[in-house]
Amino acid sequence: MSGKPAGAPLKAKEYKSEVKPVWCPGCGHFAVLSAATKALAYLGLPQQDVAMISGIGCSSRLPAYVSVYGFHGVHGRALAVASGLKAARPDLTVLVAGGDGDGFSIGGNHFLHACRRNMDMTYIVMDNEVYGMTKGQASPTTSPDWAESKLTPHGPGVPSFNPAAIALASGATFIARGFTGKPNDLAKLLVDAIQHPGFSFVQALSPCTTFRPDQNEWKKIVRPFEQQATDDPVEAAKRIHADDGMSTGLLYQTRIPVWQPERDVRVQTDQLELGFQV
Amino acid sequence: MLKQIEGSQAVAQAVALSRPEVISAYPITPQTHIVEDLGLMVKSGELSPCEFLLVESEFGALSACIGSSAAGARSYTATSSQGMLFMMEAVYNASGMGLPIVMTVGNRAIGAPINIWNDWSDSMSARDAGWIQLFVETNQEAVDVHIQAFRLAEELSMPVMVCMDGFILTHSYSQVDIPSQELVDSYLPPFQPRQVLDPLAPVSMGAMVGPEAFTEVRYLAHHKQRLALKLITEHADEFGRLTGRDSGGLLKEYDCAGKETVIVTMGSVIGTMKEVLAEMRAEGHSIGALTVRSFRPFPIEALQEALKDAKRVIVFEKSLAVGMGGILANDIRMATRGLHLTVHSVIGGLGGRPITRTNLRRMFEKGLNDQLNRIHFHDMRMDIVNRELDREKAQRRSGSAAENILSDVGLVAAAKTI
Repeated sequence: MSGKPAGAPLKAKEYKSEVKPVWCPGCGHFAVLSAATKALAYLGLPQQDVAMISGIGCSSRLPAYVSVYGFHGVHGRALAVASGLKAARPDLTVLVAGGDGDGFSIGGNHFLHACRRNMDMTYIVMDNEVYGMTKGQASPTTSPDWAESKLTPHGPGVPSFNPAAIALASGATFIARGFTGKPNDLAKLLVDAIQHPGFSFVQALSPCTTFRPDQNEWKKIVRPFEQQATDDPVEAAKRIHADDGMSTGLLYQTRIPVWQPERDVRVQTDQLELGFQV
Repeated sequence: MLKQIEGSQAVAQAVALSRPEVISAYPITPQTHIVEDLGLMVKSGELSPCEFLLVESEFGALSACIGSSAAGARSYTATSSQGMLFMMEAVYNASGMGLPIVMTVGNRAIGAPINIWNDWSDSMSARDAGWIQLFVETNQEAVDVHIQAFRLAEELSMPVMVCMDGFILTHSYSQVDIPSQELVDSYLPPFQPRQVLDPLAPVSMGAMVGPEAFTEVRYLAHHKQRLALKLITEHADEFGRLTGRDSGGLLKEYDCAGKETVIVTMGSVIGTMKEVLAEMRAEGHSIGALTVRSFRPFPIEALQEALKDAKRVIVFEKSLAVGMGGILANDIRMATRGLHLTVHSVIGGLGGRPITRTNLRRMFEKGLNDQLNRIHFHDMRMDIVNRELDREKAQRRSGSAAENILSDVGLVAAAKTI
């Protein structure tokens, strides 16, 4: 945490920790780190009011690089852990970070239920369509004909997972897509996502330079959505299915009641300290 | 044929020679190379007919094997560490249903704290699950034991784990003799499932069994594991006649007959120990070793026989039953009941802590001088432990032990690097 007096606004770089990222040079995740810290600085959120939760994978290293509360948990369970945290501390701004492997395969089940539970948190999935940490295997978002992995000898051969469609079908109330080649736009999306009351899902297209050099082409094909965001799920579904997954911006936003704790179990620091000789 | 290859590659070739029909995989370090090599063989047509499924998790991988094995296909998967824990419900399911799946475990520690290096916490967590667990010392033995594992699994209708030290074996290159397809075919007959999908006698697998029959079903699994003791020896002998190699079986003795002190361990660490022990014997010490190759079923009678002259047994293991001590040591104590010997439990190599000739020698000498406690933590820094204990005593909010200790050992940044 910073040594600044409480309440003094922090610059984006002050939300970065002293730990140097170990991502490969050129990894898209650097831009997510940059966008996340810019968003926190823009919103002026005190570090102690923010928690970042992750699972396992290259992208799940993010909490170590951000100087807010961090939690690095079990593979695929970040959203479940974050739900528990939110139940105990609804006052915290909760950011959940992970990749397409952590979020859509091993942790796919939690993604569905986090969408429908509509707790007030932001889920950032750094999607590079590959398992990076285990060195280049197909993930649920990998295209069916990508045959570069030894584990999918003929390519995955099955349709890829459509995160936006699944989020919509599962009841997510904020669905957006950003691109790490446009970090300022991504930061703006994250600001909107954090401010959105309820579960906000941001898919960040984040190229893997090591195992998916073909994704260098993404910067040529990524473009903004042609229309403003809709609050109509039927219209959103049409747009998602008409899109090739490369349009960016806010796609869908609606407001429904946000999950509220039935009783305030918030752990009060001063109450805790009453019990101990601190 | 002799080849200079990586352990994982050697295992993949042994599995391919065993003609699996379904392989289901999910990557996790340090086993990933095994299933990747098998994937390549399927791609090239070298391994055919075989279905290769990349699934969404380890739970999915073993569950897919349960489905394919139940349908009568020879089925294989591999895992490590957290993957083993995540599939645990399926682990019990496969053995409970008597499905002869073979699974390689690239042994790795379990978190938290997260650690990718070698110890035996993963397969130990499944030691009571009803799977046969065979530990191997070298990559040659890994090759041979995988082939034996398919035969054993299918004869008994019981799943088998082949446990090999992660990185130390999976990622090391050594000279390995890969048997010919003819040899493997002559040793391993095609899979004859005990239960088949037969339209004339349709079955529903996975019956609900209440108190009236549960004990008997469980007992049968235990009974079959005891039968496996005989089969494991026979299979190893037959394999030995075909290849001239001593692979598999229940135990392996390393000059332990008649020795006063016997080291008992499993897996690859005996490779380093052998050299230290030879040195010490040359200096006149009465010290030998044995490795347990079949951990489940546990070879109680064979151990009684092998340890009958020993006065002191030092059990070295890369596993810890927290709150109790050594896991292998406890089993050895049980197996040697009635023998007049002292069993010392030594826990070492946790999370990949290096086990060297020097630190082994120091520990063995302590043993010979009766300076080992009942439980000894090998090469552990007690000063670091005490510093954390003092911190916890001084302050309720002393923070996370793992991060504190990383700081104490001088890895401040690493404490936050994940």
